[in-house]
Amino acid sequence: MSLKRNVSLKDGLRYQGKGPMLTYILHRIGGLGIVIFVAMHILASLGGGTIGVFLNTIYEYWIFQIFIFFCALFHVINGLRIVILDLWPKLIEHQREAIWLEWLVFIPIYGTAVLVIVRAAQGG
Amino acid sequence: MTTKHRIVSLKARGFDFETTMWLFTRLSALAMYLCAFIGLVGALILGARTQMNLADLIRWTFMPTVTHVASSNVPDTGPWATLFWKINGAMFIFFAASHGLHGLLSVIEDYSAIPGMRRTLRIIVMILTPLMIAAGIYVLWTA
Repeated sequence: MSLKRNVSLKDGLRYQGKGPMLTYILHRIGGLGIVIFVAMHILASLGGGTIGVFLNTIYEYWIFQIFIFFCALFHVINGLRIVILDLWPKLIEHQREAIWLEWLVFIPIYGTAVLVIVRAAQGG
Repeated sequence: MTTKHRIVSLKARGFDFETTMWLFTRLSALAMYLCAFIGLVGALILGARTQMNLADLIRWTFMPTVTHVASSNVPDTGPWATLFWKINGAMFIFFAASHGLHGLLSVIEDYSAIPGMRRTLRIIVMILTPLMIAAGIYVLWTA
């Protein structure tokens, strides 16, 4: 079983998957972001000490919070769409509508959270 | 544009490790939605009278431990350090770690083209999964 991947990065970036492809990429990035964040967070509270304090200052930094909340919220909302469409395969015909609905849910929640994070960062 | 459904029976496809993990990923996601929903309801009850802020609400939703809301203005977090929340958190850690590290594995298998590297990283992920679950539950239980 040999796997050949003769697709270059340039060809990969040129692929125009549009909306579904974008959610696929963001789901992966979001998932990796959560894995790295949660693993570091657990290890920081396990180890403690100066490294733990250093990691906690990163987590409390507002730009990092905007990033990690994007990862988590997008992964959660997109994941719910994937679960519903995969467990009820007939619904896959409505995938594009489901993705529009997903953004409709994501944008107001994320926008509110970003507003809160930025205001907290400014207010100190 | 209509799609024609082609259904492959489970026997023809075979129920191997990948299929099991495909199903596990979906089901563990559902389990995590349940854990997070319980956490969200708990956080709303916990902070209802004290104007708990959004960050503490989210912290309790994703991991219901009292250390997560230690700096908030909840007067007494003692009643919230119960076995119920520990079990809820432990379940969350179990599903999150296995779901997340399997996701990491599928990303690795998609992008690493060298078979030897893929095998090594697969073994590392397999060792890491129980270790991270154990570390997470230890931190939760002793917090």
